[in-house]
Amino acid sequence: MLNLIKGLRLMINIGLGHYLTLGAIIFTIGIIGIFLNRKNIIVILMSIELILLAVNINLVSFSIYLNDLTGQVFTLFILTVAAAEAAIGLAIIVVYYRNSGTIRVEEIDKLKG
Amino acid sequence: MIGAEFLGMIMLIVYVGAVAVLFLFVVMMLNVAQQKNQWFSSAESSKHIPVGLIISTVIFFELLIVIGGWKYKPDLFNIKNLVTDNDVSNTHSLGQVLYTDYIHVFQISGMILLVAMIGAIVLTFRQRIGVKKQSYLKQISRERSEGVQVLNVEFNKGVKIDD
Repeated sequence: MLNLIKGLRLMINIGLGHYLTLGAIIFTIGIIGIFLNRKNIIVILMSIELILLAVNINLVSFSIYLNDLTGQVFTLFILTVAAAEAAIGLAIIVVYYRNSGTIRVEEIDKLKG
Repeated sequence: MIGAEFLGMIMLIVYVGAVAVLFLFVVMMLNVAQQKNQWFSSAESSKHIPVGLIISTVIFFELLIVIGGWKYKPDLFNIKNLVTDNDVSNTHSLGQVLYTDYIHVFQISGMILLVAMIGAIVLTFRQRIGVKKQSYLKQISRERSEGVQVLNVEFNKGVKIDD
């Protein structure tokens, strides 16, 4: 199995730049998702998750590149915080929907006064 | 698989098993399917599109710089930098660091998860009114005196109950 993975590595020749490119693409998708979709708050939350995922990919690839485990440890903690954030955010959305009957972003303007 | 097997599996488990299922449940619970997806049709929503396009162009140029990084650092795409020693597995070495140097941060992240769990439960908890529940304490602590009553019933008059 290990030899197979090593052979694949040599064949495809994936380097750090490819991982960084993947992270940048995912980050851009998340940013575009936030800016283009101003209707659905669930999609905005998913875009935030995408941005965190891109940060995680960057951290892991640099951790491997520099041969330092700190990046992977921090990725673990970012993953924890992201999961907690998703749970709390979705709970808030559920409570808001129960109270006001809508989660459309442009109708959430109670704090406007 | 650049040598971070543990994190790869954790990503799969957390994102597919927890976050995606969470989003699915919420999408199922709130009927958002009736909202029409009109990104470019309405005039008021097209206000944000230029801003989004500007920011995405800026980020796209940053992405181009990332892709063109080989020009300034030629060994960026080199595979030899990514090969780690395979004597100790990734999970093993991660655990050795995680439970010694980062033990406090690890416990704090555990506390964050606990707080998130309790917060989500408290936020979505709803006390239902009018649901009849079984109370074991009431059933067990019931005495004969409050359950049974002996009456002398007069003839042709009956007993008045539930007054």
